Amino acid sequence: QRGHSFRLQEMGDVKVIGAILSLFCTRVEWALKLKGVEYEYMPEDLRNKSELLLKNNPVHKKVPVLLHNGKPIAESLVIVEYIDEAWKENPLLSQEPYERAQARFWARYSDELVMVVFNACKSQGEDKVKAIETALKSLAFIEKEITGKKFFGGDEIGFFDLAMGWISYWLNVMEEVGDMKLLVADKFPSLHEWTQNFAQVPLIKECLPPRDKLVEYFTASVTYLRSLAAQSP
Amino acid sequence: TTKTLDCSAATKRLLQEMAGEGVKLIGFWGSPFALRVKWALKLKEIQYEYLEEDLPYKKSDMLLKYNPVYKKVPVLVHDEKPIAESLVIIEYIEDKWKQNPLLPEDPYERAKARFWAKFADEKCVPAIMLAFRTTGEAQEKAVREAREHLKTLESGLAGKRFFGGESIGFVDIAAGWIGIWARVTEEIAGIKLIDEEVALLDTWFKDFLELPVIKECLPPRDRLLELNQGFHKMLTAAST
Repeated sequence: QRGHSFRLQEMGDVKVIGAILSLFCTRVEWALKLKGVEYEYMPEDLRNKSELLLKNNPVHKKVPVLLHNGKPIAESLVIVEYIDEAWKENPLLSQEPYERAQARFWARYSDELVMVVFNACKSQGEDKVKAIETALKSLAFIEKEITGKKFFGGDEIGFFDLAMGWISYWLNVMEEVGDMKLLVADKFPSLHEWTQNFAQVPLIKECLPPRDKLVEYFTASVTYLRSLAAQSP
Repeated sequence: TTKTLDCSAATKRLLQEMAGEGVKLIGFWGSPFALRVKWALKLKEIQYEYLEEDLPYKKSDMLLKYNPVYKKVPVLVHDEKPIAESLVIIEYIEDKWKQNPLLPEDPYERAKARFWAKFADEKCVPAIMLAFRTTGEAQEKAVREAREHLKTLESGLAGKRFFGGESIGFVDIAAGWIGIWARVTEEIAGIKLIDEEVALLDTWFKDFLELPVIKECLPPRDRLLELNQGFHKMLTAAST
């Protein structure tokens, strides 16, 4: 019992302001779970943002926000690095500077790819073709990084895997909604295998939002954005 | 005697490591992203070999080999291992060489520093670049956004002399160059980005850019102006 309350004291008060469908928010939950940190999840309705969110992320007004003993941190990759530094056990980043640099490089690359894939998803015609082309080139680079490894982090999942994690679940939803095929198994065998390995890890799996809700959300977003695009002069 | 020799070799290796032997920086004199890596190396007192790319029209095979993903400068090559993306490079420099830390020790303060560097890169810089290459209404909108983002960046300063506190740190070297390039943009594009509305930010830019270690690395202003005038002509012709 004493051990338990010492642990809680060590952890402090941890809250995540998030939206369950957001891949950026799930990333933060994964990091906390890997560290064994207990937290309170505070779901946001992004169409009606709370005072709590606006107060704690006045700059971007976006989720996720981590609140650690009341102190707010925004931007998912910044949050994940913070989590790695505030709780020392189960390091997410390698201690080796070059490996850390590689993980950080590819994490940013991953975030760029999210936008490219979403763009491919919502675009039509020539724009869609171009975006798909870019996405495929990017996936080829990522395939190289995972070839010969079980996880991007090596034998265990880490920062690099968490950054790429959306590829194991959200990508397929965007492919479906956008009526396109990107992560084809015979083109990207190692990456495809990684998506299976990664999404099967229990604490990764337990944070994944319901797929039907994701499909619903992306379908609605795409419909809305396409209608806007149709109205522009 | 063998033991002494071994010690010397180990010490020599350590000293070489500390000084940054085997460190190359591939850059371009007109690139602010290469400039901020230079600043980081200088603050850490790392010796390195500088390799100038003949940009913007030619990219060397070496650059393409070391940065196949983006094909851009800067690239740091340490013992033949390349690192691209200037902020990733600066964090590598910070991790590898422990002297003169650029980031604070406290995790929360580190997170804030990373947040503001990201904000400058992802909000201020694209808006300024957009204001630089557009005209008319599109430019007016970009100018408004750039000014707004600079005002927000100013709030990150939170009354301190530098983002790093009494001395410069990660955010200062990540964003301080904007003080030069924004002014170049103002002059060429005939717009106003930094004025009394961001007086504190303006003071910070001035204080930062006056520091000898920072000033020594700056490219000559007239050359920078000429280079960017060329870009401006091309970009605004393309957008009409």
